[in-house]
Amino acid sequence: MYLVLSLAILVTMVLALVRALLGPSVYDRVLAVNMFGTKTALLLAVISFLFGRPDFLDLALAYALINLVGILAVLAFFENRPRGAEGSGHD
Amino acid sequence: MIIVFGLFLLSLLVITALAIVRTENLFVAVMLTSIFSLLMAANFFILDAADVALTEAAVGAGITTVIFLGALALTAEREKPSSAGWRFPLLVVAVLATLIIYATFDKPRLGDPEAPVHQHLAPWYLEKTPEYMDFPNVVTAVLGSFRGYDTLGEVFVVFVACIGVLFILGVKPQAGAEPEIEDRAGLRHHLIPQVVGRILIPFIILFGLYVQFHGEYGPGGGFQAGALIATGVILYALLEGEAAALRAVPRPVLLALVVGGATLYGGVGVACILLGGNFLDYSVLSADPVVGQQMGILLIEAGVGMAVCGALLSIFHAFAARRIRL
Amino acid sequence: MIETVLDILSWALLCLGGAFVLIGGIGALRLPGFYTRLHAASLTDTMATILVFSGLILQAGFSLASLKLIAIMLFLLLTGPTASYALANAALQSGMEPDADRLGGKASGGAG
Repeated sequence: MYLVLSLAILVTMVLALVRALLGPSVYDRVLAVNMFGTKTALLLAVISFLFGRPDFLDLALAYALINLVGILAVLAFFENRPRGAEGSGHD
Repeated sequence: MIIVFGLFLLSLLVITALAIVRTENLFVAVMLTSIFSLLMAANFFILDAADVALTEAAVGAGITTVIFLGALALTAEREKPSSAGWRFPLLVVAVLATLIIYATFDKPRLGDPEAPVHQHLAPWYLEKTPEYMDFPNVVTAVLGSFRGYDTLGEVFVVFVACIGVLFILGVKPQAGAEPEIEDRAGLRHHLIPQVVGRILIPFIILFGLYVQFHGEYGPGGGFQAGALIATGVILYALLEGEAAALRAVPRPVLLALVVGGATLYGGVGVACILLGGNFLDYSVLSADPVVGQQMGILLIEAGVGMAVCGALLSIFHAFAARRIRL
Repeated sequence: MIETVLDILSWALLCLGGAFVLIGGIGALRLPGFYTRLHAASLTDTMATILVFSGLILQAGFSLASLKLIAIMLFLLLTGPTASYALANAALQSGMEPDADRLGGKASGGAG
């Protein structure tokens, strides 16, 4: 059961990665990174139950906190350097 | 099952790495590097290496991304077109990759019980840790005590890296306020991040201290704790602006943390000599050798945490507090 | 008896949480326009967090792991919407407008 759930989360991480690679504007990519971070925290919690090691939950807690700081850093970056609506994020 | 997860994550790693190399927009590269670091941490987690996964998450996905963004704010957004040819580097890389892949054929398989490291070294560590140190986390025992010299070298490397970056960027320690950074107000006029951030900062620092002192019983230790506490202070700097953050934790304090951390580690080693043992032989620190080992590891982990926190914050301020010159 | 009920309840919550995670991923990939994708990603993130962590707490019972799970759930619920706000604000400030007219007729897929 945990296995199916972790596979679902992994598939969503792939979808988020595709959005990060495709996204026409930079905000799509930042959205994908944010999604990736929260899904990683979920995945860690589920896998720690899958492996039967509940003391690994500290990592999920750390990720939840770090994800926010990353996104706020991006917001602060955009504050000081306002960008055009299109962005220039073509691969 | 681990193989399925591992293959999945490793192929995602390759795709991300290719995308990082191919893109010309540096901001995109920074975002993809953050994803790369998260994938790497998930990989480590699946291989049952929780300490390393925590360090990779805290340092890679958190602080490195913020420092890259700080550096990116000072330079251009697109990569300069490179004028070197691509054939010769490709040839060199192909030759080296073939050699390395050929060399891995001799490696024992992952988790092979017949591998040499599992015959002598790993069982010795696993048996002697309860006997000498009496706490569950063998990784901290190996890091702090059995291979204490290596960790001492790591702390000195962190120290040298911090000093090196400060030299390269020409940062001079100033005693007074720094007037040229008043124009960056941070996120002060965004209400929601302010409120949520202020609630979270004490918890981040508390969690960092928990990870620091819990390193002997679960995943944790000095490196992770230093990175987490630095993340908390960086959050404060992002919310309130650089001037407020440098008033709260001034640069001399950060340098004192870096120097103090490295000195504490070396000092514990010298104290062991003065008390009659070898360098970094913690058993002589107390009447009971087990208690001595635990105290020694606690002290050096504190030294590591201080050094890492001070170094990361110094490097962050070195980038974020510079004037934009473009 | 009560154990089986709790077991079934926690499996149901975990399945539903997994479904929301997938819906969010598909929505973030297929919806047109940045703001609709943000909508899909943030809403399903929060719902999936609540469902998955409630399921895990029911599985763990009364232990230290449950307390840690409650703490993680609280932090994720606190930081998720903040990050979405920060992102939407940054996009709006830099001039990206939501395409209200173009998307008025198309009501295909996505959460909400």
